Amino acid sequence: MANLEPSKQRRGLVTIDGAMALIVILLVVQIWLLSATLETFLAGHSGTVVPAAIFSGLIFLGCLALDFFVTRVDQESRKS
Amino acid sequence: MPLLRNPSKEPLWKDEFSVFTSDERYVTRRQFTKFLTLASLGMFVGNLWILAKSRLTKTPAFPTAEVAEINEIPVRGVKLFTYPTPQDHCIMIRTGEEEYAAYSQKCTHLSCAVYYSAKNDRLECPCHQGFFSVKDGAVLQGPPPRPLPQITLEREGTKLLAIAVQGG
Repeated sequence: MANLEPSKQRRGLVTIDGAMALIVILLVVQIWLLSATLETFLAGHSGTVVPAAIFSGLIFLGCLALDFFVTRVDQESRKS
Repeated sequence: MPLLRNPSKEPLWKDEFSVFTSDERYVTRRQFTKFLTLASLGMFVGNLWILAKSRLTKTPAFPTAEVAEINEIPVRGVKLFTYPTPQDHCIMIRTGEEEYAAYSQKCTHLSCAVYYSAKNDRLECPCHQGFFSVKDGAVLQGPPPRPLPQITLEREGTKLLAIAVQGG
């Protein structure tokens, strides 16, 4: 850990922290989406169910992409 | 002890299978990100479950029930009835010479019985001052989160029949 260049290490950490913060924001949006969809579905309105599922899937793909990104940045910081 | 630690130059397997037991308590950023991504997958599965439920649930078949005779109640008059089961109380209002509207009497807030206020021409819930439009059952004011379920009426000769419930 001490052998890493401080600036490179800091840059990697900031990148990973930023990606994690983005995932947290996406997750909060997804939780809200799920609760809102459930609320409208239980109220007898199913018109929003399909778009909500598509949007939720897109958010999941975004989270997955960020996860890969974090893994790659982590591996690169270890290589250098 | 910090929850997250800085990346080390050691190979990943050495970090994740450390010989030091104290290191096992650490949650790396990668692990935390994986956990968040799994939570996201859980939310997506939840949405898919709602989608499957909405596709597989059949719309209930409503019975046809006689509500009233055409001229049984005066304009701005009210008749109470039950539909589709004897436990579901409803209210029918004659809003014009040839116009009728019927709704579930159960307030969508906390299920108090709504009544028709001829003075204000709206349906009112006395419990928490929730007001609904007579035209379409929409919420005009107050805490109710949704419109009143509307009873679909059909005219057959001199009779008014209830044939379905919308928005229940």
